[in-house]
Amino acid sequence: MRYLPLSTDDRAQMLDTIGVKNINDLFVDVPKHALLDDLVDLPLHMTEMEVERNFAVFAARNIPAGSVPFFVGAGAYHHHVPSAVDYQIQRGEFLTAYTPYQPEISQGTLQTLYEFQTQVAQLTGMDVANASMYDGSTACGEAALMASRVTKKNKIVISGNLHPQYIEVVKTATKYTDDEIILNDPTVNKKEDLLANVDEETSCVIVQYPDFFGNINDYSHLAEKLHEQNALLVVVTTEVVSLGAIKSPGEMGADIVVGEGQSIGNGLSFGGPYVGLFATRQQYVRQLPGRLCGETVDADGKRGYVLTLSTREQHIRREKATSNICTNAGLCTLAFTIHMTLLGEKGLRQLAKINHASAVKLAGMLKEVDGLKILNDTFFNEFTVKLNKNAADVVEALVEQDVIAGLPVSRMYPDRPELANDLIIAVTETVSEDDMCILVSELKEVLK
Amino acid sequence: MTVYFSEDHEWISVEGNIGTVGITDYAQNALGDIVFVELPESGEEFAKGDEVAVVESVKAASEIYSPVSGEITDINKELEDNASLVNTSSDGDGWFFKISIADESELKELMNASAYKAFIGGLE
Amino acid sequence: MMNNQGRPTGVENSGTPSQKYQSFTGSRGLSQVEGLIYEIGDTNRSGVDLPEVDDFENRLGGMERNQEIGLAGLTEPEAMRHYTRLSRKNYAIDLGLYPLGSCTMKHNPRLNEKMARLPGLGNIHPLQPVSTVQGALDLIDTLAHWLKTLTGMPAVAMSPKAGAHGELCGLMVIRAALEARGDARSIVLAPESAHGTNPATATLCGYKVKPIPATKDGRVNLAAMKEALGPDVAAIMVTNPNTCGLFEREIIEIAEAVHAVGGYFYCDGANFNAIVGKVRPGDLGVDAMHINLHKTFSTPHGGGGPGAGPVVLSEALAPFAPLPYVVAGEESFELVEHEVKGGQSFGRMTAFHGQMGMFIRALAYMMSHGADGLAKVAEDSVLNANYVLASLKDVMSASFEGPCMHEALFDDRFLKDTGVSTLDFAKAMIDEGYHPMTMYFPLVVHGAMLIEPTESESKQSVDQFIGMMCHLVEKAKAGEKERFTGAPHNAPLKRLDETGAARKPVLRWTPQIPGEEAAE
Repeated sequence: MRYLPLSTDDRAQMLDTIGVKNINDLFVDVPKHALLDDLVDLPLHMTEMEVERNFAVFAARNIPAGSVPFFVGAGAYHHHVPSAVDYQIQRGEFLTAYTPYQPEISQGTLQTLYEFQTQVAQLTGMDVANASMYDGSTACGEAALMASRVTKKNKIVISGNLHPQYIEVVKTATKYTDDEIILNDPTVNKKEDLLANVDEETSCVIVQYPDFFGNINDYSHLAEKLHEQNALLVVVTTEVVSLGAIKSPGEMGADIVVGEGQSIGNGLSFGGPYVGLFATRQQYVRQLPGRLCGETVDADGKRGYVLTLSTREQHIRREKATSNICTNAGLCTLAFTIHMTLLGEKGLRQLAKINHASAVKLAGMLKEVDGLKILNDTFFNEFTVKLNKNAADVVEALVEQDVIAGLPVSRMYPDRPELANDLIIAVTETVSEDDMCILVSELKEVLK
Repeated sequence: MTVYFSEDHEWISVEGNIGTVGITDYAQNALGDIVFVELPESGEEFAKGDEVAVVESVKAASEIYSPVSGEITDINKELEDNASLVNTSSDGDGWFFKISIADESELKELMNASAYKAFIGGLE
Repeated sequence: MMNNQGRPTGVENSGTPSQKYQSFTGSRGLSQVEGLIYEIGDTNRSGVDLPEVDDFENRLGGMERNQEIGLAGLTEPEAMRHYTRLSRKNYAIDLGLYPLGSCTMKHNPRLNEKMARLPGLGNIHPLQPVSTVQGALDLIDTLAHWLKTLTGMPAVAMSPKAGAHGELCGLMVIRAALEARGDARSIVLAPESAHGTNPATATLCGYKVKPIPATKDGRVNLAAMKEALGPDVAAIMVTNPNTCGLFEREIIEIAEAVHAVGGYFYCDGANFNAIVGKVRPGDLGVDAMHINLHKTFSTPHGGGGPGAGPVVLSEALAPFAPLPYVVAGEESFELVEHEVKGGQSFGRMTAFHGQMGMFIRALAYMMSHGADGLAKVAEDSVLNANYVLASLKDVMSASFEGPCMHEALFDDRFLKDTGVSTLDFAKAMIDEGYHPMTMYFPLVVHGAMLIEPTESESKQSVDQFIGMMCHLVEKAKAGEKERFTGAPHNAPLKRLDETGAARKPVLRWTPQIPGEEAAE
């Protein structure tokens, strides 16, 4: 078998050295009845070609972004990733390394983590960032827990325009803590009064920016009011490219910023693996969950990097750790960092501009479609429209025409009939003008 | 001024009603390079045996338990920027906090210097 | 995978500068010094050509970002060189045996990478219509079938993102099941040798953790455990094979005892790679177990992730599994994303459906090996570890009698009076071209050294490793203390000042303010 180097002779010699007759003598501690006599009921080993055939069959029954006009966003975005990114992250030295616990022979991973932390801090406008969480949603759950640790209070106010699945994850994270959740209703295009739910017991308010429906709201005033009450503002960004165009959460006064970093460097991959961003102010650094990389020197005084402030973490602090996270999003952070380095400030700003310009263009084109109304006043690369028909039905009808038109809000809120005709449409740099024309003409057809 | 010692390797130096608390040389030596001390806030109240502070080295964190009941009257702000004082001067500049002693009889349950010396001798 | 028993973390003990002749660049041959992107790039440089955009009226509502972000860019050749140079400062499985016990650093087949990048799998969106991702749902269902068959368990929750996330999922399911029968419980038992994630997870789930001591032969002390059991115990979390690399001989008794008091048996499946295809946890009385796809099924560790931690569940626990899940219908696959009427799911672990990219790689690994190959994976990993144990038990000090499973545990008794610590010994291994084994974990022996060779190593490779270890032991015993206490001598960097890093944390690059540089 191609992945197993030991030969039959090797095995015999090694058993001899160990002093046992056969391999099952090494499994003597397994209760007799539990050691299988036969192989489990699964196929036998396959050649590379056979495996490839199997996966080709799986792949052929999906319609990937890039093969058709594609407008789904809502927390995961189809962007172009430069070829150099995918080459670098497949270098064995990055791909097949463990967590950098031995800094002398892990400086490659450590320095890229340090670059990653710096990039995330800059993007979010915060002082410090950690070395990643699993994804945006779990980072959001961790932010809620951290806010309670920092403020020693436990009322969490959540905007109704936070990604609904993120809301569910925060509920799970706080299910067995003392935290109480106050949740607003989704308000696609109305201003949301978050302060009404805030009192002296409030640990934090969690908002999304741009929000789930694509709106861009200024939370500066909210931040000010929260700080008067010793409560924190948690800002969630699921489309990190937007931060190349709009004010950073830090500028608005955010205390914790979490985000989904998938847009930079990482493919859609049906929802994972992605990369959770987590940034905060310097004063809260010891309350951060997850790994942190820091600068130091070696015995000869040369600059180097190590994992640091580890006493927050589970492998040392056990039941008193700030989080149970161990493995995080290592290689996805590397992809993020390399892509961001290739973009640079100039590239990111231009990329953001293209995304926004394309969305503005499509919004303009959609004005001529009867039976469709754009609900947003503001947006970045994603907005919500109300149709004159059930949005899920319209999306299915357009699949027949080889167009993936967006996310029907009802998929997230099946029990809210008032949202049944709402559709969230995302436009990235990968959407061509032809794609937009096709979408517009197909929508005209279906909505007539 | 009398100094008492706990089995958790804290010392408390008593002057009037106020006790100054730190960790012993034995403890700082066992912990290695101290990098951070998490202190209580002035005005907080603790019962004897409550977790009152945390002292951290690079690879370990140890809870510090209050040797007596009382209210925190002062904390050593120097430690915020210079935790290494605990290593270099565990019984002096590396003190942690001052506490107003609520019940002086609790001091009787602690050890004096020679008893503590014998106690750590037994740990070797 | 480390912990500490008083080892030095500063740099006081290190040697003198090794280079007689300092180079102009600071580089030494192929060991090249490389600055940060912020030092070699700037905000005007870019490695991506993007089209210009005609003027348009923006819809940002006055929220334009006007301040400079400060992101440094590099052109493609510069970026390639930067990251290639950095990559060469890493140890990796592709470079040599990586004996990190409990971490399972086995070969990562490149076929799996190729499969994950097929456009039909890599470019699909988690929220596009279910009718357009039938192949993806089939793939998840197929992987679920393999996992259930290999573990002998009837159900599996696929969405947890890593091992610790799987643990949380497992305990959430257990708590939901207990609450459904109106049984509030407050304690989780975990052996002293447990991974740190176990107590951290139990706390997140609102449980108090009670540690169970180990026996002299490195296993759960059944008598002590029975003593700790009672009507308030929600679950016991046991790693099997355990973190000492040993199979829990009394696993059936452990399961029966916890079931007898109405609690559940959570198995930490971090070491499933030792028994895959040979033993099914379902036959051992396990109620829930996470599987680290990045360990047993070889999805790459990637310098710290991503992982994936599906959780297999017993019949009793299955109804409480998290959303979403895939259901195979007669003609198509369904994705259940919302609670069905009368459902008992505890909720959602993450946005979307789990680590698809890892599912693909794990399934490709499983299909490549097949039922026959997976059993061989377990056998060869156990064989390699026992070969190491047999070859080194009289040279080093083995903590427990063999046979072991996939990893062999040693302690520091053999270093007594040499002035060399476990840490020093590990760092000397770096000079020999190896990554050190796991040190100071588990905590149940002093100065632990946990060696896991995995099935990916040939006999020649393991022989060379054993020879190297014998050589180092000989040198330590011969009084060559400097070789160890100053090690590594030949790595890109000497020992790093972790104390300094923690005392004054510098966690990001910041621009130097003009004038400050001169003052320093």
